[in-house]
Amino acid sequence: MALESILFWLFAMLAVGGGVGVVVHPNPVKSALFLVVTFFALAGEYVLLMAHFVAIVHIAVYAGAIMVLFLFVIMLLNVQEESRLAGVWGFMRYFSVVLFVALFVQLGYFGYQGFFGAENVPLVRETEIGTVEQIGTALFSQYVLPFEIASILLLTAMIGALYLSKQKLGLGEPARAARVKEALHEKEEAH
Amino acid sequence: MDSFGDLLFYLVIETGFLKAALVVNLLLVVVMILTLMERKISAWIQERHGPNRVGPWGILQPIADGVKFFTKEDIVPSHVDKFLYIIAPLVSLFPALVTFAVVPFGDQMTVNMFDHLVTIQFQVADINVGILYIVGIASLGVYGLIVGGFGSNNKYSMLGGLRSSAQMISYELPMGLAIISVVMLSGSLRLNDIVTDQSSLLAWNIFRQPLGFIIFFVAAFAETNRLPFDLPEAEQELVGGYHTEYSSMKFSAFMISEYSHIITASSLVATLYLGGWQIPGLAALNLPIVAEQLLQILAFIVKTSFIIFIFMWVRWTLPRFRYDQLMNLGWKSMVPLGLLNVVLTAAVVAFF
Amino acid sequence: MSDAAYNLKTDRTILNFGPQHPATHGTLRLVLELDGEVVVSAEPHIGYLHSGFEKLGEYKTYNQWVTLSDRMNYLSPLCNNIGFAQAVEKLIGMEIPERAKYVRVILAEMSRIADHMVWLGTHALDIGAFTAFLYGFQARELLYVIFEHTTGARLTTSYTRVGGLFRDVPHDFKEMTYNFLNYFPGVLKELHGLLTRNRIWVDRTRNIGYLSREDAIELGVTGPTLRGSGVEYDVRRNFPYLIYDRLDFDVPVCDDGDVYSRYLVRMEEVAQSMKIIKQCIDDLPDGPVSFFDQKFALPEKEKVYDTIEGLIHHFKNIMPGHGFEVPKADIYDATEAPNGELGFYLVGDGSHKAYRLRVRPPSFVNFSCFPHISKGAMVSDVVAILGSLNVIAGELDR
Repeated sequence: MALESILFWLFAMLAVGGGVGVVVHPNPVKSALFLVVTFFALAGEYVLLMAHFVAIVHIAVYAGAIMVLFLFVIMLLNVQEESRLAGVWGFMRYFSVVLFVALFVQLGYFGYQGFFGAENVPLVRETEIGTVEQIGTALFSQYVLPFEIASILLLTAMIGALYLSKQKLGLGEPARAARVKEALHEKEEAH
Repeated sequence: MDSFGDLLFYLVIETGFLKAALVVNLLLVVVMILTLMERKISAWIQERHGPNRVGPWGILQPIADGVKFFTKEDIVPSHVDKFLYIIAPLVSLFPALVTFAVVPFGDQMTVNMFDHLVTIQFQVADINVGILYIVGIASLGVYGLIVGGFGSNNKYSMLGGLRSSAQMISYELPMGLAIISVVMLSGSLRLNDIVTDQSSLLAWNIFRQPLGFIIFFVAAFAETNRLPFDLPEAEQELVGGYHTEYSSMKFSAFMISEYSHIITASSLVATLYLGGWQIPGLAALNLPIVAEQLLQILAFIVKTSFIIFIFMWVRWTLPRFRYDQLMNLGWKSMVPLGLLNVVLTAAVVAFF
Repeated sequence: MSDAAYNLKTDRTILNFGPQHPATHGTLRLVLELDGEVVVSAEPHIGYLHSGFEKLGEYKTYNQWVTLSDRMNYLSPLCNNIGFAQAVEKLIGMEIPERAKYVRVILAEMSRIADHMVWLGTHALDIGAFTAFLYGFQARELLYVIFEHTTGARLTTSYTRVGGLFRDVPHDFKEMTYNFLNYFPGVLKELHGLLTRNRIWVDRTRNIGYLSREDAIELGVTGPTLRGSGVEYDVRRNFPYLIYDRLDFDVPVCDDGDVYSRYLVRMEEVAQSMKIIKQCIDDLPDGPVSFFDQKFALPEKEKVYDTIEGLIHHFKNIMPGHGFEVPKADIYDATEAPNGELGFYLVGDGSHKAYRLRVRPPSFVNFSCFPHISKGAMVSDVVAILGSLNVIAGELDR
């Protein structure tokens, strides 16, 4: 139990620290890397909640694929460091403070409920909830329709991305042969 | 905690710190040995001698290399992005060492230690989503390349890093598909279960899943950036790979991560397809338990070494792929084959 | 939508290949203009190894210049020696003894094998197959031992003199040659097994660097580059010299015109060279290796020490300002070097030095087709194309 508490607070601090790092750093690449740290911490929290599958898939998908693509985009587009925008928002600054306080109060209320109203909430200690077998069974029996729709959605997105990024200048063998031909014709015309 | 012994026991044995530390150390030592083996094997293939000056048969060569790397001047070029440049080797090293944590290299052993009956698992962490963990951490291996390439602030290093990370990502797909087929056959994601599932020689997954084995093997080459997929490191072709601007210990950190990846990939091939630590027919010999288990660890080491040897053999034999041919192979050949394998395996599992 | 994406064209980048680069064979420089990864234009910059051999030909006597001919194509120095000596002999109108002709052919073909082994090794190395390099070089070691035994040096052989050879071959020359002929087919088989039907090798070399038949003839390329484009031209067949008209060998030709066909042509040439060596070494006639015509060649030491004519002629040939004289005529003579047609254009002006010594280096002309055949290739292909042309910088720049 003690170890679990320690780990919980460790991961929680790491997650919050990572989140703050994302927002604070002007360099977009560093922000992205801090986000990866946050994802790791969240994965640790998932493991503590006995949701092993979600934790690993979280790392594989978010930290392993999505953040990589983010970094690709940042690097290829050479996103510049943002400068400090001071005094731009005007009265919105005060409004954002109000919203922040409201958010904090709400979180505090639910946290209090969770801490001290805990006897009313059953503690889920089963090790069977988050396992792959359970998730698999649920996905393929109860939730099979959303599953299939989600996969079709992903397929559509992939096809769309391929179509949009298809350029005239390809990298395959027929495209290369065509390029060579074009280049040779250019030379002929130059004579 | 009643006594100091209990506390010690808890800290060291139950939480697995000792095991983890031992395994990481062992991994790094084997990496050192591998640097020597690579040169000796390449020399053997090319009818040369290889290192034989430092110590008999060149055994002390890795130590000499280590001393060289430590004492070399660590040059940090002025045009690099310091933060990224410095953390790139660390980011590259982390997944390489951590992936090995779930690989089982022996069966369980029960001993009496500190007055407790302890079951030692020859595996750092026996998580019940073992395979998935490997897939997840392997996808983190891309970061080292991206950060290294970008941090060098050199147009060609960046392009090299991006290309190699695209290569790694593309080949994670066939690897995952091959793993799915293996998981379907053994019905569990836990690596120990997969090993115990391959109990007899004919049940080794290499015989039950020949296509999957080939796909996984080729994808492992691409994941570890070895020839024939080593375009990211090829100096003759690119004007800069992702580790062009690195010197001394940082460069050696990249090399260590590459060799650790090779060890991990080989041990995975051995675990998933060659029966892990199983020796077929060992039960019939009726040896004492300790001897049996030590033999099983030895079997695991032999299998992994054999696959590592094949890795090195292929490197010094085959030419290198061009980048678009590599991507073509991955997306147009390996992924459809992997899908075919999954469908076939599913059909066989469902109907037989 | 995709048109908007198409208009996001990137600028062209200039990539500098060499002069220090692991893949350039010798010091040469290529300035590539890239559009993404595709080569739009390639501009070769040469001259890094220019040593003025041709100019030196006007200041050195003919027998002195042989040493410079070694340094041109330093992978097959004997071919250069033979080409030059033959040109001078033709200018003078000299005949050389039969034994000299046979030995010259044997050594020329051995040099051809040596050159092709280096070509194969470096070409495979650039594409990533490391081991082919070392297998080829092991075979080459055997040849180098033969060269050293016969000529006295591994690289700078300087073996021919005007009128024949420097000295006779050693007594175990036949045995060493037979050893080599027994050992080498195994190596060739291994190299074939490693590369010829290797899918990766074929993918990297097929349809790369296409040179059409007409372009090849127009650009003047010769040697395996020309024969790889389907033109059956070999100086040994078309303008036979030495004893090539009596020998039975094939000239390999491949119609595809890409890097792979040049590879096949060269591999087959090596096999044919072995055939030629076998025929020559079986029939090697006895006799002198030079008529030692005292007007043109240094007389043998016995004659120098014993007869007065020998002594006079020795001094007359050796002393600076003297040397055999060549009629006022000019001649172009060509031989088939491993890279192509190696030609010598000599203008004699009646004195003991040439008025003009011009070398037609095959690498220079072959390399000039590079910008044409590398258009539209990718950066990785540039290395393969450069390897297939077998550009030797020493010969390129002279």
